[in-house]
Amino acid sequence: MQTRVREKAADVHSAAFLRSLMRKQLKLSITCALAFLLVVLGLPLANYFAPELMATRILGFTLSWFLLGIGFFPAVWIISFYFIRRSIALEEEEVAEVSREKAKEVKQ
Amino acid sequence: MQIDFWILAFSAVTVVVTIWMGFWAAKKARTASDFFVAGRSVSVGWNASAISGEYLSAASFMGIAGMVMSSGYDALWYPVCYACGYLFLLLFIAGPLRRFGAYTIPDFAEGRFDSPLFRKIAVVFVLFIGFFYTMPQMKGAGTTLAYIFPGLPYWAGVVLVGAVITLNVALGGMKGITLVQAFQYWMKMFAISVPIFVLMAVYGHYGKQLEVNQSSPTVVPAVRALPEVMAQGDTNSAVELRKSLPEKAPADSTWLSPFGPLTTKAAKAAGITGDAAKPYSLLYTYSLIIALICGTAGLPHILVRFYTNPDGVAAKRTTMWVMILIGIFYVFPPVFGVLGRNLLPELYTGVGAKGTDKIVLELPRLLNEQYAPLGSILSGITCAGAFAAFMSTFSGLLVSMTGALAHDVYGRMWKPKSTPEQRMRMFKVASVLIGVVSILLGSLVEPLEINFMVGQAFAIAAASYFPLLFMSVWWRGMTMKGAAVGMLTGGLCALVAVTLTNLSNLALDKGPMGRLFAGFAPLNDFWAQHPLLRILCEQPAIWTVSLAILLMLGVSRLTRREVPGDVRKKMLVLHAPETLGLKQEYIQEHSAPH
Repeated sequence: MQTRVREKAADVHSAAFLRSLMRKQLKLSITCALAFLLVVLGLPLANYFAPELMATRILGFTLSWFLLGIGFFPAVWIISFYFIRRSIALEEEEVAEVSREKAKEVKQ
Repeated sequence: MQIDFWILAFSAVTVVVTIWMGFWAAKKARTASDFFVAGRSVSVGWNASAISGEYLSAASFMGIAGMVMSSGYDALWYPVCYACGYLFLLLFIAGPLRRFGAYTIPDFAEGRFDSPLFRKIAVVFVLFIGFFYTMPQMKGAGTTLAYIFPGLPYWAGVVLVGAVITLNVALGGMKGITLVQAFQYWMKMFAISVPIFVLMAVYGHYGKQLEVNQSSPTVVPAVRALPEVMAQGDTNSAVELRKSLPEKAPADSTWLSPFGPLTTKAAKAAGITGDAAKPYSLLYTYSLIIALICGTAGLPHILVRFYTNPDGVAAKRTTMWVMILIGIFYVFPPVFGVLGRNLLPELYTGVGAKGTDKIVLELPRLLNEQYAPLGSILSGITCAGAFAAFMSTFSGLLVSMTGALAHDVYGRMWKPKSTPEQRMRMFKVASVLIGVVSILLGSLVEPLEINFMVGQAFAIAAASYFPLLFMSVWWRGMTMKGAAVGMLTGGLCALVAVTLTNLSNLALDKGPMGRLFAGFAPLNDFWAQHPLLRILCEQPAIWTVSLAILLMLGVSRLTRREVPGDVRKKMLVLHAPETLGLKQEYIQEHSAPH
């Protein structure tokens, strides 16, 4: 009987709980990392394959200089803002789920 | 040149205030737990400023500007990745480590694998990375003092600053507490931004200064415009003040465009130019990006501050503010580099402490031509910022390296039965020892660029601590042997690779260092024949990080039986929300049997 209760997904000590927890967190982290890597690894490629385009002038800057020297920072802020909001929400969901299950157990 | 009163005054005040604050702080925070635990009540704003203050070293304050001036576009990857590395830390490592409650990476290494032996292995890299990080700080010190006191040799500045800080740490000052570090962030921010706004108001804004550099070589060089424009009495100050570039300066087109002098150096030495050199540059760029992004997550002194927040939500909000604060800061240093190229090209011909690394200090002084003491005052302010940068970073590193040596090497390995008094004495001996080694290393590296050396410290951290943290947090199948083999092999390969690069670079120097390291000159002939190997040694992250991770996977699979028995519990502590209170449970269970 003990083991059956332990294997419930909401039991914090079960393997299933840990797996789902880590998977959710990793999914969020990887999504954000991919968005970031797309930009950071894409820029050298753009410089490599489209040098003329990247040398276009904006307010005196070349496009490439503008993107790297100034534009990058706000992009990173947006990604981290999204990540922080989502991960706080994720934690709250987990806590709510666990306490709901606990309440149910008490009733039984 | 005479000693400038304003510059001396601002620098002296900074040094005195920094040391005084260090002692004042040390009195307030006596024990390590004061620092860590009492700090948990720190507000988000203060803590974010403190983290940012600790992060901005001499490389950020002086090195980036110098490197943008000397190498142009490619150097921009440094500030961008210094800031972006923080994102990677946030995404994969910061949250779990905070929940785990390990203050330092060796703490984590021991706790995650229940292995005091692994702690001893992991602690070695605190010293390796630390020494590589102190060298550029020392160069910053030597350069700044040689600027303030013209005629003072570079090494004398290194010895002076190194000795003052070492003494200070040995006497118990300079404990990093929030208030001091937060104050230092705002000081550095003020010192870099105010002079640049004044300079831009007088000589033309960032974009305008950049526009002077023509990307296409067919256009008549803007340099020629100088006498004509002067004759016409044109008030366009940006063009008016563009001075002719010396021969040593890179041409406009290579400086302004990607894949310029920094990334093509190896290929150029091998006689490969033009489009044929571009794949080499691309490889260099990617390897540099990997080193900087992964390296941030592995820097020994960065993680500690995640614990000085009351809870996980506050820790995350703090990180958001850190990214904003350092992001804003990193916009400014490249502006100094761009303005410096147009206004102070003489620095291209200087070497070592007289080269482009001092652009941040010297550039504001140009204002003296029009607004007499203003230039000196602003130059004094940037000198003060530079002092704040290398003093805080050097003392922070000295504290953590001394801690590693006195606490782990002496207290745990050499004399486990030593008394607290013996350990206190050892702390002092160790700090002097490390201070002396840092000074010696620092006085050797005058010919190397500040920013370049910090990049190397990042490369070593990226290949050792980053794989350890990343894999241990996200992979249940990791064993202690897998972690140790991967971390040691990756980290040592990176260490050897960057050391070889430095030795061959020092052999090229025309000064005394060139003679000292002349034995390594043949290495440069080898590089000329093998440009690919040179790039892989200069920027080793692309292969060392992969090697470390692959070894961790492989060796852990082979030693599968040794996966810690309570790995699930460990993982739960790393990943479950703190509000569930699992950490307390874990600690109680572990401390109960004793």
